[in-house]
Amino acid sequence: MFEFFNRLFGTKPSSATAKERLRLVLLSDHLSLAPDVVEALKNDLIEVISRYCEVDAANCDVTFERQDKAVAMLANIPILGMQRPKPPAPPPAAPPQAPPGLADEPAASPALATTTPSVPEQAPAPTAKVPGKPGGSNGRRRRRKNNGVQGAPRPQPT
Amino acid sequence: MVNNVIPQETPASAPVPRKRGRAIVVTSGKGGVGKTTTTANIGAALAADGATVVLVDADVGLRNLDIVLGLEARVRHHVLDVLEGAATLDDALVTDKRVPSLRLLAAAQTREKDDVDTAAFTDLIGTLRDRFDFVLIDCPAGIEKGFTNAIAGADEAIIVCTPEVSAVRDADRVVGLLGDGRKVTLIVNRLRPALVRKGKMLSVDDVNDILHLPLLGVIADAPDVIVSTNRGEPVALDAASPIGEAYRAIARRITGASTAAPEIPREKTFFEKLFGSRS
Repeated sequence: MFEFFNRLFGTKPSSATAKERLRLVLLSDHLSLAPDVVEALKNDLIEVISRYCEVDAANCDVTFERQDKAVAMLANIPILGMQRPKPPAPPPAAPPQAPPGLADEPAASPALATTTPSVPEQAPAPTAKVPGKPGGSNGRRRRRKNNGVQGAPRPQPT
Repeated sequence: MVNNVIPQETPASAPVPRKRGRAIVVTSGKGGVGKTTTTANIGAALAADGATVVLVDADVGLRNLDIVLGLEARVRHHVLDVLEGAATLDDALVTDKRVPSLRLLAAAQTREKDDVDTAAFTDLIGTLRDRFDFVLIDCPAGIEKGFTNAIAGADEAIIVCTPEVSAVRDADRVVGLLGDGRKVTLIVNRLRPALVRKGKMLSVDDVNDILHLPLLGVIADAPDVIVSTNRGEPVALDAASPIGEAYRAIARRITGASTAAPEIPREKTFFEKLFGSRS
């Protein structure tokens, strides 16, 4: 819509610029105000990624950075190795490393062991609600730049 | 809690005890957006509508509500005199002669905000709620002690915000600080419809897309307000002024007499521009 106006009149109305700048600054204001939310997000990220890879959970880092038009989430998650076996492979000797807080069933049958990641109920995930921020930008959708992880990692044929 | 001395004598002209009125703080974070003018005019409109109203100036050190209301010559005692027992509450309350159900409790001009004890001030608001239908608290700018004191006794808040990035950002911060326990509504002040139409000013929707608050009213940027402040006569008491009508509509929305959505100010027609201005 604005692009159409841009092409027509050459410039974007300053009120639109103001609104966009406000939206971005408030996003980072809220994020910096709520470290517990960032922590919850980081834990969820680690939990999901560790279903596919072995993750160095102690050295994970999630930050937000203003880039020129958007706020980018930068997640630095060291991967120690791939851990998910291919479906036809024999059951691994050691049970795949589950995220912390998950109860591994030691008496699982070998046939079930190949599909460990489909855990019925996850550990209680921290709610991503900012306490005391009723009028904030909670639940606002953000489009992120697609320069990070692209889609789900495919199992490598090695 | 604190052994503050708030006299509990029966007032001469307010014989109805134990009311449990509403305590509403008018706040913004940013200074200069029109908190004091808004407080004065909503108070005047509520009182003119028949409610008993007390306006409390919580801006200790920068007292202004008295001059905006035109009551500056009649202030004898202030809120700290009452809190410290140097004057009774009734001595400190100034009655507005235009609307006798409107009272003012002025701030101390030569003291600091840190001199006000939060618990004692909260108790004072409680005492006032027992005697008046509405206790409107004019909050100072900022988010320090003065703000904390002003919001402590209030269970409702009106955010005054102008359509500027700085005011909206500060309003957002204040909404966060007010927490979830209070009813919070929004007044967009000093809107200039012509600039909004040209895309040169944030619209009411733009502001509220960010703040997500129930809209209590929209006040246009108009000379009426400046002129009325110059004279110390609340524009809300001017039956002919459209701005006054906007304040009266806000008062009706506060009392629940009106549930209609707030009117967004429109641009003046050529005719109105030609003949509508006053000096």
